[in-house]
Amino acid sequence: MDSVIATVIEVRDLDLGYDDYAVMRNLSFSVNKGDIFIVMGVNGCGKSTLLKSLIGLRAPTRGKVLYSGKSFWDEDEAGQQNIMRRFGVLYQGGALWSSLTVGENVALPLQLYTKLSCQQIQEVVALKLSLVGLEGYGDFFPSGISGGMRKRASLARAIALDPDIIFFDEPSSGLDPINARKLDDLILELRDGLGATVVVVTHELASIFAVGNNSVFLDVESKTMIATGDPKSLLANSKDPRVIQFLTRGPDSKELKR
Amino acid sequence: MLSEKLTFDYSIPKTLLIKLSGDWQISAGLLSVNEVTSQLTTHPDIAQINFSVSQGLKWDSGLIAFLLKLIRECGQKNIHVAREGLPQEAQKLLALALKVDEKDIPPKDARESFLERSGEKALQISESLAAGLDFLGDIAVSLGRLITGKSYFRWDDFMLIVQRCGVDTLLLVSLISLLVGMILAFVGSIQLKMFGAQIFISDIVGIAMVRVLSAVMTGIIMSGRIGASFAAELGMMQTNEEIDALKTLGVSPVEFLVIPRVLALVIMMPVLTIYADLMGILGGFVISAGMLHLNPVEYLNHTQHAVKLSYVWVGLIHSLVFGVIVAVSGCLRGIKCERSAAGVGIATTSAVVTGITGIVIATALITFICQILGV
Repeated sequence: MDSVIATVIEVRDLDLGYDDYAVMRNLSFSVNKGDIFIVMGVNGCGKSTLLKSLIGLRAPTRGKVLYSGKSFWDEDEAGQQNIMRRFGVLYQGGALWSSLTVGENVALPLQLYTKLSCQQIQEVVALKLSLVGLEGYGDFFPSGISGGMRKRASLARAIALDPDIIFFDEPSSGLDPINARKLDDLILELRDGLGATVVVVTHELASIFAVGNNSVFLDVESKTMIATGDPKSLLANSKDPRVIQFLTRGPDSKELKR
Repeated sequence: MLSEKLTFDYSIPKTLLIKLSGDWQISAGLLSVNEVTSQLTTHPDIAQINFSVSQGLKWDSGLIAFLLKLIRECGQKNIHVAREGLPQEAQKLLALALKVDEKDIPPKDARESFLERSGEKALQISESLAAGLDFLGDIAVSLGRLITGKSYFRWDDFMLIVQRCGVDTLLLVSLISLLVGMILAFVGSIQLKMFGAQIFISDIVGIAMVRVLSAVMTGIIMSGRIGASFAAELGMMQTNEEIDALKTLGVSPVEFLVIPRVLALVIMMPVLTIYADLMGILGGFVISAGMLHLNPVEYLNHTQHAVKLSYVWVGLIHSLVFGVIVAVSGCLRGIKCERSAAGVGIATTSAVVTGITGIVIATALITFICQILGV
């Protein structure tokens, strides 16, 4: 382990939008190695749009996203793919390929980017599935397992290539409290086990405090970030009523003033 | 009715007191705000509206809707509406309805004039043509990568799609082409009987089926069955973010999803067309020999002479082109699908419409070219 804190993702002056409509402006933050970085904010504030720009699905209208110093959106296609190969993404609905079995879903990234033999791939797939608690489910189709299992299977696929950065889009959505908690624990364990950096987009307070050690708060009204830092210290020290309201699930601050 | 629900009192100067009574529930119908605004125009000095409520007032959101509209109208005329006289619950609901959500709404779905909409439609056509060409280009590039062995090809998926396009549609293709052959024989016999030249039914059935009809009928069946299923399948994958998941893995959706489908259909279309040729000729044969009392051997001999090998090639060229049209339109609509259930429906419909329109246009073009070439 190196003692110097390395910046894995750096976002500089990022503007996001659709056509003429601005979703977010002037986002600047950085994610350090080993962080569990939370992107939080209310519904419709642009969390998912930000995630899309981070994982290379939607170009920002301005600004840069740097991965270990390389500006993603300035790279050519081959360069972008090299960077994307370091990602694992857990989509909100799982997004398992429905025509493949769970095992084949996890195997596909390995078939594409490693020179392992079929037998070796099967072994790695079995390992990844057992890491998420789904050993023995390799031959099931995604439609044949529960929503919680689909999420975990999708996580197994996301970590198939031992990614440096794992992105989670609303990991606890659609999960009951017990499974949501299990997924949080899994995030922590995988971060420690794989040495990965984790970016989580969520508005689930329990998750935010359970796993996050750094965060950015997106505000829907001012269309920019209004806070950044450890969620627990934000809760303790932030003076901003919008942040406090969000983190405490408190009443509408404007209502209180009336 | 008006007097039952609303009574106006002007006893306090510059103030209108509205007494609410009777049944104000939605089921009893909504009262127009004009009843009040007409009072305001006859009394222009009114600056405030107060309410009082009678004992037997029955109300639900019907009353709130009325009051909300009244408050908005009075707001424009700078008349103060005092809500204190209203029932407690109604005051709460009104406060909730009047609370302004301060978010600015994305500029969308503004009503457009007829001209704007027709202009937009026209632009959309050229855009979708460009998108189609772009997509064809992507497919060509991916095919090149496949041939040079640079892309990833899943044989299992490919064979499954081949089975779906071929074996699973065989029964439908048999039925339709058999019936088309029969219909041709019947229709031909009406005229030819008058000249005693019924044996030429074999020429009509053979040439029509082999040159163009089997390919067209098979193409239309494939468009309805396979093109639609491609669009729905890829549309669902788009909706479920499965296509995004491919992209973040660095896999081109065209290589992974579109190429196997296009190849499978392009391979199976000619095979099915040849099969449909035979079924069509069989249909004509059954009718001619069974019902029109033609000599079976003579019929088959005539067919053999009439159908030249070049006609078979023309039919096969048709089928290849139709295969590309159906597969590409199905996949294109699916990949460009909007992320909603309605989006998948629209994609499916438009895949079939594009497929069939494309088939008819291509048939016309190929026939024209064959005419010029003298084939």
